[in-house]
Amino acid sequence: MLLYILKRLISLVVSLAVASVVIFLSIEILPGDPAAFMLGVNAQEDTLAALRDQLGLNGSLWERYLSWVGGMLSGDFGMSYTYRTPVAGMIADRMWISLPLAIYALTLSTLIAFPAGIWAASRRGSAVDVGVMGVTQLGVAIPNFWFAMLMVVVFAINLRWFSAGGFPGWDKGFWVSMKALTLPAIALALPQASILARVMRSALLDTLSEDFVRTARAKGLSKRQALWRHALRNALIPVLTIIGLQFSFLLAGGIIIENVFYLPGLGRLIFQSISARDLIVVESVVMLLVFAVVLVNFAVEVAYAVVDPRLRRR
Amino acid sequence: MTFRYSTAGLSVAFALTASVAMAQSTGLTVGMQLEPPHLDPTSAAAGAIDSVLYSNVFEGLTRFGPDGSINPGLATSWDISEDGKVYTFHLAEGVTFHDGTTMDAEDVVFSLDRARAEDSVNAQKALFAGIESVEATDPLTVTVTLKTADGNFPFNMAWGDAVIVAPESIENIKTTPIGTGAFKFDNWVQGDSIHLVKNADYWGEPAILEEATFKFISDPTAAFAAMMAEDLDVFVAFPAPENLPQFDADPRFKVLIGSTEGETILAINNKLPPFDNVKVREAIAHAVNRQEIIDGAMFGYGTPIGTHFAPHHPDYVDLTEMSGYDPEKSKALLAEAGVTTPLKVKMTLPPPSYARRGGEIVAAELRAVGIEPEIENVEWAQWLEGTFKGKDYGLTIISHTEPLDINIYARPDYYFQYDNPEFQTLMTDLSAESDPAKRSEMFKQAQETIAKDYVNAYLFQLPLHTVAKVGVEGLWENAPTQATDLTAVSWSQ
Repeated sequence: MLLYILKRLISLVVSLAVASVVIFLSIEILPGDPAAFMLGVNAQEDTLAALRDQLGLNGSLWERYLSWVGGMLSGDFGMSYTYRTPVAGMIADRMWISLPLAIYALTLSTLIAFPAGIWAASRRGSAVDVGVMGVTQLGVAIPNFWFAMLMVVVFAINLRWFSAGGFPGWDKGFWVSMKALTLPAIALALPQASILARVMRSALLDTLSEDFVRTARAKGLSKRQALWRHALRNALIPVLTIIGLQFSFLLAGGIIIENVFYLPGLGRLIFQSISARDLIVVESVVMLLVFAVVLVNFAVEVAYAVVDPRLRRR
Repeated sequence: MTFRYSTAGLSVAFALTASVAMAQSTGLTVGMQLEPPHLDPTSAAAGAIDSVLYSNVFEGLTRFGPDGSINPGLATSWDISEDGKVYTFHLAEGVTFHDGTTMDAEDVVFSLDRARAEDSVNAQKALFAGIESVEATDPLTVTVTLKTADGNFPFNMAWGDAVIVAPESIENIKTTPIGTGAFKFDNWVQGDSIHLVKNADYWGEPAILEEATFKFISDPTAAFAAMMAEDLDVFVAFPAPENLPQFDADPRFKVLIGSTEGETILAINNKLPPFDNVKVREAIAHAVNRQEIIDGAMFGYGTPIGTHFAPHHPDYVDLTEMSGYDPEKSKALLAEAGVTTPLKVKMTLPPPSYARRGGEIVAAELRAVGIEPEIENVEWAQWLEGTFKGKDYGLTIISHTEPLDINIYARPDYYFQYDNPEFQTLMTDLSAESDPAKRSEMFKQAQETIAKDYVNAYLFQLPLHTVAKVGVEGLWENAPTQATDLTAVSWSQ
């Protein structure tokens, strides 16, 4: 088990190092001078030079890379070019929206997908199964931003149950904030739940046809008992993989939903920073997301080992 | 039956709370598309900073009125010396900054010296270039000596880039702006909103609103939804003109159609052959059908212009006739200039919809006369780098939003590379002239010169659409500068 975790850790560190180089280079070669962007069309050349100097844009590529990575390792993500505040603080603020939103959406998605998938698998070919398959097919096909707009029209404009977007801030109260995150979370969760339910169903069907399930039935368990005691646990590996992928996606992929609901989360921060050439913010946020993805994958791999004892010995 | 009763009771209760809320409305929630990158109007070009803070939080010596006139600000009056070189500003008495410190002549000296200093990062440093020295004669008098006479100086001092800041609070101005205005900065939830509260100790006419919140919604669809759900009271510069009829028809809202200082032009690279030939530029001007572009790209909103000047300005001359839509003339001019058609040219288009949508229409019109634009959609940063700075383009569409900026045509290295010594002399003379009648005459002459030289093809004045709830009074209809001046805004009963 320890060796297994150690191996995973090494691959985690290597992934991060490679990612940092790729991120840095791909962003540095983007055309556009942050100073020119900030000062606009009437700026004079000496003003631009003064600003570039202030921002520390004059060093060589190598120097800037090292100072960026070194800073991150010591917890200093640098100063945003446009906002002129520490990047770490900005990311932390935005994280308090994106992270709860991702967890909220994932919880909703799991709560819908597990019962739906298990129910469909346990009555294969029945009306329930056909119904679940049909609805989830629709859920996968509908783009989440379109569904989001539809919900805004119905629940915000017509019924006035929710506001059309925005985020009041956690200091205004937990329930008020959760309410503001509800429509976005549903919009994010729907396609995820559909995918997850389908994976759950097919994984469960696969294990149900395995020999050990037949053995379990042969020793006298009912179909239901065999499913709950033996099949379900063995069907969890592909489901865990999908949940891990989905969590990373929800964290990083909220860009469109965050724009539809104008939530000040990480996705919108990236979007704004790219268009404003606030390179240091883009680099740091992307790096952080890579870190999150790698970390989630690591957690999932450890979870495999917990679910499947065979993996621990590898 | 019981169910019916209870719902009836509920709706009465709702109506009651709603009317109480209406009567006590002293706050305003304003939506806008762009969020300020930081809160220092004196060190960035971003118009969003002025949109939130100008006149509300920060004030200058002079200030723009809703009609673009220059009114007294922190300087209640000023005298100009005989030779037009020395301005003596008399400051208002009893003005304090929001942190309680007094605003006096020393702060003015500090602000102006900071803006024109060697290491200044003021985006409009040119506004201060004519200053020879700034002195505090006494606590309420500032004497500014200019290198040469400049009739424009009070106008320059009204810009958001020339607001008065204090040395005590300058260090944190980007996150905690301390000004002298009728509203105080309260807090900023980055990515979401900025909150201002009324300044109880304001030196002038106090604000009517108790508080104001600016919310930033960049997506046009989200902006529409937020307005419809009544999360917002006002949306300044509403981004989707196609939705305006819907607001207009809704009794809850009103739509204000105003004008901005944005001359939208099809800019031409004057040094790039064959555009160095005035005949070719004239051909482009005649190939463009302004009304078609306004209808197609702006849903019919926008005033056609024939030169680089705002139509609402008293000195504006209507020169649209000189470049009327005439494709036949266009073809003839191209033939006369010896251009072989089809003439391929690179046309860069920045993100705003006037450029992207307008660009497609312009391209179709140009193709009809034998000019083949190759459209390249670029982001702002790319536009600034490649088109504006690198001058690597043939045609581009852009709105010049600075007020009274015809003097950019006197800069030969500016991106359209127009180099006419006569025009440059005219601008030098103009800035030295302080007699209003003569200045007006010179402005008119300047407009005619660039129209005659067909420097660029002039399309339309960018409109300003503001959507507001019916009860909101006192909003600016026009935008003589990028500002959302809330000092006179109130709710009608």
